[in-house]
Amino acid sequence: MDELQMEIPCIRTFNESMIEIDASHMETRELNNLLREIMLCGYEKVVLRNVCGQRYIGTRLYSPQRRVMTIEIYGTPGNDLGAFLFGHRILVHGNAQDGVGNTMESGEIVINGRAGDVTGMSMRGGRIFVKGDVSYRAALHMKEHGLKKPVIVVGGTSQDFLGEYMAGGIVILLGLYRAHTARFIGSGMHGGAIYIRGEVGEEQVDSSVLISRPDESDMEILGDCISDFIERFPDLSLDMDYVLEGDWTKLSPRSSRPYGKLYA
Amino acid sequence: MRSLLLPEFTISRSDSCDRCRACEHQCSFGVHTYDASQDMMISDNYRCAGCQRCAVFCPKGAIEIRPTPSFYRPNASWSRERIEDIKRQAETGGVILTGCGSDKPFRIYWDHILLNASQVTNPSIDPLREPMELRTFLGSKPESLSLSDMEAGTDPVLTLETPMLFSAMSYGAISYNAFQALAIAASRSGTFFNTGEGGMPAEMRSQFKEHTIVQVASGRFGIDAEYLNSGAAVEIKIGQGAKPGIGGHLPGEKVSQHVAATRMIPEGTDAISPAPHHDIYSIEDLEMLISAIKEVTNYEKPVIVKVAAVHNISAIASGIVRAGADIIAIDGMRGGTGAAPKAIRDNVGIPIELAVSSVDRRLRDEGIRERCSIIAGGGIRCSADVVKAIALGADAVYIGTAALIAMGCTLCQRCYTGRCSWGICTQDPGLMRRLNVEEAAQRLVNLLSAWSHEIKEMLGGMGINAIESLRGNRDQLRGIGLHEWELDVLGIKGAGE
Repeated sequence: MDELQMEIPCIRTFNESMIEIDASHMETRELNNLLREIMLCGYEKVVLRNVCGQRYIGTRLYSPQRRVMTIEIYGTPGNDLGAFLFGHRILVHGNAQDGVGNTMESGEIVINGRAGDVTGMSMRGGRIFVKGDVSYRAALHMKEHGLKKPVIVVGGTSQDFLGEYMAGGIVILLGLYRAHTARFIGSGMHGGAIYIRGEVGEEQVDSSVLISRPDESDMEILGDCISDFIERFPDLSLDMDYVLEGDWTKLSPRSSRPYGKLYA
Repeated sequence: MRSLLLPEFTISRSDSCDRCRACEHQCSFGVHTYDASQDMMISDNYRCAGCQRCAVFCPKGAIEIRPTPSFYRPNASWSRERIEDIKRQAETGGVILTGCGSDKPFRIYWDHILLNASQVTNPSIDPLREPMELRTFLGSKPESLSLSDMEAGTDPVLTLETPMLFSAMSYGAISYNAFQALAIAASRSGTFFNTGEGGMPAEMRSQFKEHTIVQVASGRFGIDAEYLNSGAAVEIKIGQGAKPGIGGHLPGEKVSQHVAATRMIPEGTDAISPAPHHDIYSIEDLEMLISAIKEVTNYEKPVIVKVAAVHNISAIASGIVRAGADIIAIDGMRGGTGAAPKAIRDNVGIPIELAVSSVDRRLRDEGIRERCSIIAGGGIRCSADVVKAIALGADAVYIGTAALIAMGCTLCQRCYTGRCSWGICTQDPGLMRRLNVEEAAQRLVNLLSAWSHEIKEMLGGMGINAIESLRGNRDQLRGIGLHEWELDVLGIKGAGE
């Protein structure tokens, strides 16, 4: 393990593998500089206290050696949390703002609260678990290739334009807290699948989307993802069977070529 | 429905044709067939794209292709193009697609600008005997430097041996061979090629790292931290000169297995780039993406923001500089495309000459010109255009169409069909093989080297020995045949003044 400059005053405690930081009064770039240094020193876990609006946490942590670590955040991280995330695990005790997991490649983000607009935008791998709701246009242009299949599981519901231009991956809304009121779900969707528990009217869903009941293979996917969700939020004391037995709707694209006939 | 269109081209074949069927083999649009019963070649004029592949490859020189002489009754308002577009749309109900830059006769300002040369009062310089400096540095420059803070370093910059870069052309839009030829030529010429938004094939990354600009566009295809770190700079594409304000659809049939892997999407699905970046609705949002990209690349690479030249471009550019871009690339309305709706290509945007001049002056007026370099693209046809663009305020130019022509393109405008007979704009393995990578790269290197020599000659003639001294040096330009307002926007005097 390389030596980290231990005279940095914001470092509260540290041991062989874990380090704890007080992020109050730290600027975005300063905090991310420090996180990068911590990663390059070989720490496996960092705990950030008093985070308040610092952006791009986790973004600077790409290394050609593909080092990964766990970042536990107390407070409210700013926009683009885990943007371009490359294999790390981020755990937030609180709410997140816009752009969580923007164009993320791999890893996992767990939000013990709600997440803002464009959660999981253009995400192409890894998983995001949100205990509460997500805001507008979550899973926008999410995509997949081969074994890389991103997953977003949301405990609550979403605002309008969920899964817009979606090209791959899986989105699950558990609808645990209130009815789904989002409109324009899946506009321009041409890949992937959205599973929604609870009532969704046809008028809430874009015409490019096929509405169906999940079949057995879908329920298997749901079972796997939901058991991981339950494991991440033990305080919800959710019963797996209770969640799975709900009224489920599957949304999938009518065509992988929605604009094939647009041109002369 | 029976088509009511006239053929665009007429094919004539002289008696020297010995029915070797080379034309049949060469045509990717299925024009030529051999009729065994009559022992003769027959041609379907309706299918001809006018690409001239068969004419060039006919061993007897027997084929001639001309615009079809038949015409509708002449009508100033209803040209043949207007009539035929309506007929085509009445038959299909679709948007008319096209390829390449606009072919409409908008004023080409390059051709109304004349360069200066030294006579008596200051000597011209002979580039054959004296060193001439074309090396160009792109990126944010410090406002001032002092010896004491020399060690603090400056922001990352791109170093070009000649002030020309290859414009963004994605793998998927162009063939693997064409993409590779651009990469090889850029590295041999000491400049850069641009991946476009199709990602960078993994096997090319280490070899061309120092000469690659990786692009991030609204579809976010092929983008991860490794890709963003696999080039020398990152370009955020907001707009393209041929299609400002709209996105792009790479049709599923062009998304082959390797294209799919590079773009990180399933094989055979449409690759849809939305019109806007859905996380950018303001200058503040742009600042956020620029910062996120600087974060993921550890502040080691300059960030370019590419926009189409549109009305109010100077105010837009000012916002982009303030959002933290190190380089702004402006693409004029004559810029090329693999596919764009014709209505957009021919009606939206402004010429690059006017845009680059007004942006340069605005940034100077606001005192922020040194924070950002300018790359001008879209309609650069020759070395003189390069010199004029730099004198109007650009730091360097992007060349796209010129590079394609160097590789064999004849601007037949059928790029969107994926049937490019020259092997440039296609994913068909048979067609793609027609483009020899090594030879295409050599043509590109030759073009850059020829233009560089000509630029040195023009510079020397002006008595200037470094391209740096030409930047924004409008004194070296005079307008001819231009209105007062045009001279004003360009910031140049009329000839003789």
